[in-house]
Amino acid sequence: MAQGSGDQRTVGIADPEESSPNMIVYRKIEDIITKMQDDKTGGVPIRTVKSFLSKIPSVVTGTDIVQWLMKNLSIEDPVEAIHLGSLVAAQGYVFPISDHVLTMKDDGTFYRFQAPYFWPSNCWEPENTDYAIYLCKRTMQNKARLELADYEAENLARLQRAFARKWEFIFMQAEAQVKIDRKKDKTERKILDSQERAFWDVHRPVPGCVNTTEMDIRKCRRLKNPQKVKKSVYGVTEESQSQSPVHVPSQPIRKTTKEDIRKQITFLNAQIDRHRLKMSKVAESKEPSQHRVKRWGFSFDEILKDQVGRDQFLRFLESEFSSENLRFWLAVQDLKEQPLQDVAKRVEEIWQEFLAPGAPSAINLDSHSYEITSQNVKDGGRYTFEDAQEHIYKLMKSDSYARFLRSNAYQDLLLARKKKVSKVVELP
Amino acid sequence: MCDQTFLVNVFGSCDKCFKQRALRPVFKKSQQLSYCSPCAEIMATDGLHENETLASLKSEAESLKGKLEEERAKLHDVELHQVAERVEALGQFVMKTRRTLKGHGNKVLCMDWCKDKRRIVSSSQDGKVIVWDSFTTNKEHAVTMPCTWVMACAYAPSGCAIACGGLDNKCSVYPLTFDKNENMAAKKKSVAMHTNYLSACSFTNSDMQILTASGDGTCALWDVESGQLLQSFHGHGADVLCLDLAPSETGNTFVSGGCDKKAMVWDMRSGQCVQAFETHESDINSVRYYPSGDAFASGSDDATCRLYDLRADREVAIYSKESIIFGASSVDFSLSGRLLFAGYNDYTINVWDVLKGSRVSILFGHENRVSTLRVSPDGTAFCSGSWDHTLRAQPQALLLEVALPGLEPSDRPGPSAPVNLRGRARTTCKTTCSGIKMGPVSQKLPKPAFQSTLFK
Repeated sequence: MAQGSGDQRTVGIADPEESSPNMIVYRKIEDIITKMQDDKTGGVPIRTVKSFLSKIPSVVTGTDIVQWLMKNLSIEDPVEAIHLGSLVAAQGYVFPISDHVLTMKDDGTFYRFQAPYFWPSNCWEPENTDYAIYLCKRTMQNKARLELADYEAENLARLQRAFARKWEFIFMQAEAQVKIDRKKDKTERKILDSQERAFWDVHRPVPGCVNTTEMDIRKCRRLKNPQKVKKSVYGVTEESQSQSPVHVPSQPIRKTTKEDIRKQITFLNAQIDRHRLKMSKVAESKEPSQHRVKRWGFSFDEILKDQVGRDQFLRFLESEFSSENLRFWLAVQDLKEQPLQDVAKRVEEIWQEFLAPGAPSAINLDSHSYEITSQNVKDGGRYTFEDAQEHIYKLMKSDSYARFLRSNAYQDLLLARKKKVSKVVELP
Repeated sequence: MCDQTFLVNVFGSCDKCFKQRALRPVFKKSQQLSYCSPCAEIMATDGLHENETLASLKSEAESLKGKLEEERAKLHDVELHQVAERVEALGQFVMKTRRTLKGHGNKVLCMDWCKDKRRIVSSSQDGKVIVWDSFTTNKEHAVTMPCTWVMACAYAPSGCAIACGGLDNKCSVYPLTFDKNENMAAKKKSVAMHTNYLSACSFTNSDMQILTASGDGTCALWDVESGQLLQSFHGHGADVLCLDLAPSETGNTFVSGGCDKKAMVWDMRSGQCVQAFETHESDINSVRYYPSGDAFASGSDDATCRLYDLRADREVAIYSKESIIFGASSVDFSLSGRLLFAGYNDYTINVWDVLKGSRVSILFGHENRVSTLRVSPDGTAFCSGSWDHTLRAQPQALLLEVALPGLEPSDRPGPSAPVNLRGRARTTCKTTCSGIKMGPVSQKLPKPAFQSTLFK
């Protein structure tokens, strides 16, 4: 294996396929993985675990990973966290050390993080020659735990038939790899071996497992060089590199022309104009039309019906310090629309606010109405204040309303529109 | 939020050729003029613009985009989820798979419901297009396309034909016939011709016209009978991946989403783009109109779904979570529009509360990416198609899961008691091959009464 402890191969930092949609997911997962391994900011505990006669280096339990995911990604349901963990494993960023099937379990199973060299974001599409070298290499290492699984043995047999002519070459490569491996430190080798195995579990998955390297063909086109000679995991270069079996004909990606951008500019300008038109209309609507303002003068009912009219009237009353009447009237109107469960509460609130002795917004009621109302309050229905409301209505109509119509505020509103209109007319 | 205004077609004399024509606003060095269409086209290749390099044009476009965003922001007074605070929260509800449709030999790429709320057409990577009866899980028709990767399929409104296409760059219409002797492939009609793969297709209100979207960056409207191109829609800067027609009876607009991260709303009669939205950070895989037609949702590879309001002319909600990192491949609304179902590339389906912006539920069950998702026309069920394989001897069978959320808006909101929808019989059968697991869903959703006021 060409990877040393110092990771001599480039990990594809200046990645030309950055725009590929898969890459977005990979970067997000890498972000998560990096944080997970970061000791300083509360990462998962990666330890060496003693087992039987040997030590298992650099592992973390499934539970730790799931807990970390739940805490750091605000996941409430452990099922969701396990699912996400399984996906991260299936993509090839984390793997169980003693299983080919890449999934995450919320228990004491040990997992290891994949080396950046083998990350899927490096856009590996390893050839069968590489796979053959790998399987061959495995058979040469006579450790019990590195025995080939059934499906791997089948694959090896198949590849031997397919590469019958090249087999000597493959065998030599495998031998060379074994030699290199033997020179490495035992612990390091354990780790690297497991990582290499996990790599192949992603690219040559166990039959029945999802192959996460499959891509949506609609997005394949955007890989800038789909026909490039694929890099070999073991640095094997051959004269006759086979093309990808799924040969996507590279259609030239449409470049944006000046024409396109000019059209875009025209469109954007039209949109901006439309918005400015909208804005001016909205601004206009804030000021009531003259027609509307005139209507308020027809009768007291008219001004009460119109929201804007009510607001103007209220403002006027506030300036006269007599707004409690209108506010009481509005509160009682509102009370009539309340759901049954809220009625009793609102009745009490209105009483406290407007009628109770020492109320903050005391309204002026004659003693007779006051008697009736205080009786009604004991029952607490939605028509408790009917009598009082009628009284206040008459009061406002005869007194405040008349003054409002004569007030400067109202007169200004009436005349303001007239002023504008006349101005326009004057222009030549 | 206020009313939408439309661009008015002004007639008058063109500032350039002085002929009486329909005028378009045109900007020459920030001065607005009115040109007729042919003059506007000519102007684009005018000598006056030779000194404008691609870079300067691009920077102008960027600054205009900024200005447009500013203008849009001026009307922004409140967030959707803030207004939605006074809306009743949805109760918990459980959705279970009731049917599994198996029979495809490879990844399911697309599906569509028939208007009879019962039949489904689905297409897959192996080139097969199958029409199923979702109640009995029987296959009623099957067609083998001459190409693999059939990425688009659609059911005709009448239920008498299906359309499909993919890597063959064409959209073909097959009339459905129950005559055993007739070979469906024989009656095939090649309707659309694009210069790249067909990514989406949809019949308009009738069987006679079909709207297609393609990897060549264009959408097109075709006449089925003659195969003639009626209108083409240019404007996307990259592959168009999805489209959806506006739900109104007089539907004259449709929305499309593409790899250029833009969602564009088009006028079908003029071929012009009416509105464009560019807030996604990656390809838009799926777009779907809100039931009222005033908004639409989009699902993208940036792992978010977004809701765009057409009258406010802006994005009004983002549906995302820190724990969702895989792209959304397909979205659809429930019948009332209160729920948004989104299928993701992480094999799950997330159900979002459209108004409050929170996730209501997550559905597991698929063993590979969910590639397509549609709610049935009556809203009682939704169906999702996926890339998953099984471990059986039947090679690479695929799962279409049909779940039945109770969404009858005509029913009054009730407590969280399970209700029998339309009195369907309850039979459970554990076998998976021809298994019929039938039963209604457990809960109904309250009809949102506030809906009309929220989108004013």
